[in-house]
This record gives sequence, C-alpha cells and structure tokens, in this order.
Amino acid sequence: MTAATVAPPRTPPSTSDTTTTPRTRGDAAPWLFLAPFGVLYLLFVLGPTAYGFVLSFFDTSLVRPGLGDAVGFGNFTALLASADFWSSLGNTVRFTLFTTPVLVVLSLVLAVLVNRVGRGNRVFRFAFFLPYVLPSATVALIWMFILTPDSGGLATVLGAVGVDAPSWLGDPDWAMQAIAGVTLWWTLGFNFVLYLAALQDIPRELYEAAAIDGAGPWQQTARITFPLLHRTTALVTALQLIASLKVFDQIYLMTMGAADTRPVLEYVYDTGFTDYRVGAASAASMLYFLLILLVSGLWLLATRRRDREVIR
Amino acid sequence: MTALSAAAPGRRQASTVSATRVFDTLCLVVVVIFAVLWVLPTAFAVRTSLVENTTAAQGATAIAGSGDLTLHSYLALFAQGDVLNWSLSSAITSVVTVVLTLVTASMAAFALSRLRFRGKRAVFLVVLAGIVIPGQVLIVPWFRELGAFGLLNTYWAVILPQVPSAIAVFVFKQFFDGLPREIEEAAVVEGAGPWTLYRRIVLPLSRPAISAVAIFTFVWTWNNLLWPLIAVSNPALMTVPVGLATVQGSFGERYADVMASSILGALPLVLLFLFFQRRIVEGVTSTGLKG
Repeated sequence: MTAATVAPPRTPPSTSDTTTTPRTRGDAAPWLFLAPFGVLYLLFVLGPTAYGFVLSFFDTSLVRPGLGDAVGFGNFTALLASADFWSSLGNTVRFTLFTTPVLVVLSLVLAVLVNRVGRGNRVFRFAFFLPYVLPSATVALIWMFILTPDSGGLATVLGAVGVDAPSWLGDPDWAMQAIAGVTLWWTLGFNFVLYLAALQDIPRELYEAAAIDGAGPWQQTARITFPLLHRTTALVTALQLIASLKVFDQIYLMTMGAADTRPVLEYVYDTGFTDYRVGAASAASMLYFLLILLVSGLWLLATRRRDREVIR
Repeated sequence: MTALSAAAPGRRQASTVSATRVFDTLCLVVVVIFAVLWVLPTAFAVRTSLVENTTAAQGATAIAGSGDLTLHSYLALFAQGDVLNWSLSSAITSVVTVVLTLVTASMAAFALSRLRFRGKRAVFLVVLAGIVIPGQVLIVPWFRELGAFGLLNTYWAVILPQVPSAIAVFVFKQFFDGLPREIEEAAVVEGAGPWTLYRRIVLPLSRPAISAVAIFTFVWTWNNLLWPLIAVSNPALMTVPVGLATVQGSFGERYADVMASSILGALPLVLLFLFFQRRIVEGVTSTGLKG
C-alpha cells in the first residue's frame, strides 16, 4: 500500500498481454485510481489498527501527551484478571446469543411468507424495513417510553390480560432480553430485505413443476426454497453475528450499562474516555478484535467447507 | 413424479390446490399480524407526539383514548431549534461522507476490477482485510490521531474516519466484475484512457451499485452514535443521535416533546427511504450483497 502512493513500480510492457485492457502511461494509472482510497485507508484503518496495537502495551493516558511507559503485557493480564471486563464480554456474548438466532430465522420466515403471499409486497417491506432506518436514539426513546413500568404501553397491554409486567430495563433478569427484543424490532428489516431479494431470484417454474408433481406448499418450501437460500442464510448469519457483537448504541442509551447489560464496547468507551486509561482501553479493543476475528474465521471455514460439498 | 400422483393426477391436484389456498390464507394472516406488530410502536410514538404533554404524562391508556391533536410539541421544537441544528450537522456529515465514499471506493474498485498492474492481488487482500476491522475497535487511536491533527470538534473528525470503506470497495468490485468486457473494447480501440473508461462507461452502468452504497452509507453515517459522541462535544456540531442522547434526560416528563424530537430527527431518513424504497431492494439484489 505504501508503494501505491510513493513510487509506481516500473514494469516492462508484458508481451503476453493481448487483451483490450487499456495499457496506461507508465503504469501509473492504477495507482492513481487507488490513491485517494489508499491514503484514507492507511490513515484511518491500517494506521490506527497498528497504533492501537502499540498503545495496548503502554500505560498511555488520555490527558497526558505521549505514549507513557511501556508495560509489556500488563494491560492484558490486568484485563484478564478483571471481573468487570469478563462480565462486559459475557454481556456482549449474551446479547449476541439472544439476538442472532431469532433475527436470522424470523426474518427468513417472514420473507418466505411475504414472497408466498405475493400481494402487498411493498406494504410489508415498508412495515418491516422502516424501523431499520431510524436512528438508535429514536428507537431508544420510543421503547423506553413503551417499556415504562406501570403506565407504559407494554405494561398497559399486559395488565389488560392480567400479567404483571416487570420493570423491564431496571431488572437484571429482564433488561438484556428487553434490549434484545427492541433490537429484533429495529434491525429485522435489513435481513428481511436480503432474504426477499434472494427469494425473488428463484424461478417461478420450479414451484410450478413441483406443484404439478403433487408437492404441497410445505414440501415446496422445504425442498426448494430453503435449500436454494442456504448461501443467503450463511451470509445473513455472518453479518448478524458481527453486527450483534458490535452492540453499543441501544444499551448505552437505554440502560447506560446498568442492570447487567454493559457490553464490551461500553467497557472500552468507559475505560478510555471516562477513566482516561487509553492504553488499557486499547488492550481491551484488541481482545475484542480477536473475538471478532475468531468468529469471522470460523464462519469462513464453515462456509468454505459447505460450499465445496454442496455447490462446487 | 411418484407412482401415486401418476395414478391419480386429477384428485391429487385438486387436493393440492385447496391445500395451497388454506396455506396461502394462513401465510397472509401471520404476515399481517407481524406487520401490525412492527408498525404499532412507531404509530404509538407518532400519536404521542401529537398530544399535549400533560396527556402523555398520564400514560398509554390516556394517550390512546385522548382526543388531542396538536402540533404544540413540534412548534416548540422548531422554535427552540436544537433538532434542526442536529439535523443540519447530520445532513452535512452524511452527504460529504457519502460523496467521498462513492468517489474513493469506486475508483479503487475500478483499478482492482479493470486495470492490470503488479501487486493487484496483494492490494485486494489488504483491502479485504479491512472488512473484518470494525471501526469500533479504532475509536481510541482515531481520537488521538484526530487530536494530533487538530481536527477534533470539527465536521472532518466525524467524516474522515468513516470514508475509507472496504465493504464499499468490495461491493463496487463485485459489480464491475459482472459488467461484460465487450462494452469497453470499442472505447479502448478508439483510444480511450482509463479515466474516460471509468467516467463515461463503467460509472453510468453502475447506478444500482452506486445507489446501494450511497443509501446504506447515508443511513449508517446518519445513525452512527459511538464515534460522533467521542469526536464532537461542541453542541453546535452535534449530530442527531448524539444530540438526542445528550438531551434525553432533560425533557423530564414532557413525553410528547421527547417523541416529537425523536421523530423529527428520524424524518429525513424516513423520507429518503420512502423515495428510494425500490432502489434499496434493487441495490441489494444487483450488488451481490445477498451472497
């Protein structure tokens, strides 16, 4: 990447190149096209990643200039011994486990049903996707109002059928579930649209042929729709896992991390920007990054193997 | 075809048709129930924003049964101006981020998809690696870096880190790879350089990819909370999510005002969504985002 912006490598024109791909003056053109992205990518992605890695070995403070003193693996050992860090990591994982399965499955079921119904496609798409475009703060404010104990919308509805509603966001037994429920409502539409797009690619003739063969709607869905959607399902699952592991907004806004809900990103935020312990926060970021890499890697392995078995 | 259906195709098909009808009705009922559940919270928020604060404070039953229909909360918010300022900040930062992302990502993707050069594979792998680096792990380094540049508490602090999007490069590259090579051959024979090719041929054919990247970048930037919360502390520069998060406690019992402000802050995105609903699905379909 550095070469991209400094000196274009000079290669002799290759003789085997007989395609119409444009040959360009001194081969500078590709690097000029890459440069604007490359510079920003270096400055705001690769550079900061390396910088964060370095910071995690220092006791850097937000309010002191410079790196501070090198502490070796001190930040990491302190984190691994910290109950607060582990509980925040646990909360992030708990949130991910509460949200991922239902967000993958319910959006699939609803997309299949909407596709099946055929009519009113636009209306349903509007209903399910609308919450996704709302800012997290709007979502939080709406739901904090609905979840208000006693006089709130949900407590009123439950009260009408004789159920005593808990104080959702204040009760450690319910807070994370309530936030997961809100997240389901907020983000289902994105997965729904991904599935719907994939469903519309399945040729109608497949269903017609199956119907002529006497396959009922259940069999059609089970034998045609689900198998043909497996690549989309793998993608949606991966995107959802990563998105859930990144949880911060709705928890920060709705409970501020109280009631056993503080996610690991809020731990990073608190350590770095409330306690000013930048080095420790960077170390926590690195451990969190490791978790993301692990999940991405496992997903890649899983889909690679399945693709080899099923598709190619 | 099974032996059974071959033996009695008529009866078999008739029962399939009626089973299908029952199944389809059932599908419709389930979908409608869920759609109502999904619309209800927003509808309730809109209704609450249209009653008096005193009514809203009495709880859900009072709001649902109320005959109030007033724009008091909205008028008060317009008069006070905060939400409009936040929306302006969000609009500026989002639009600039979208434009810069589109230009830089599509140019890089063009080089990776259409031009030949040494080290192309390596460059592409480095870009791909960026997909697994979430911006959330970079907030601490960004803060120190932008502080060193003297850019904290400016729009640039919000914009710049959000511009280099590896995913956007990936989406554009996928799309460009799918364009047939023949379309550019004629132009190359006539001596068109890479810039002409990019600007006059590839870009005009890439509207679905452009609109998909633009719409999602816009929504994500508008709604981003964590980074703007850190980068900007000057109230005049706050974006909608940061502003709403900051004042959420100060409304007290004025729930109608709370709902009105959260609806106003979301309104530009809802309008965008209404105008571009078809484009969103079209974009998802044609950019390979669906896998």
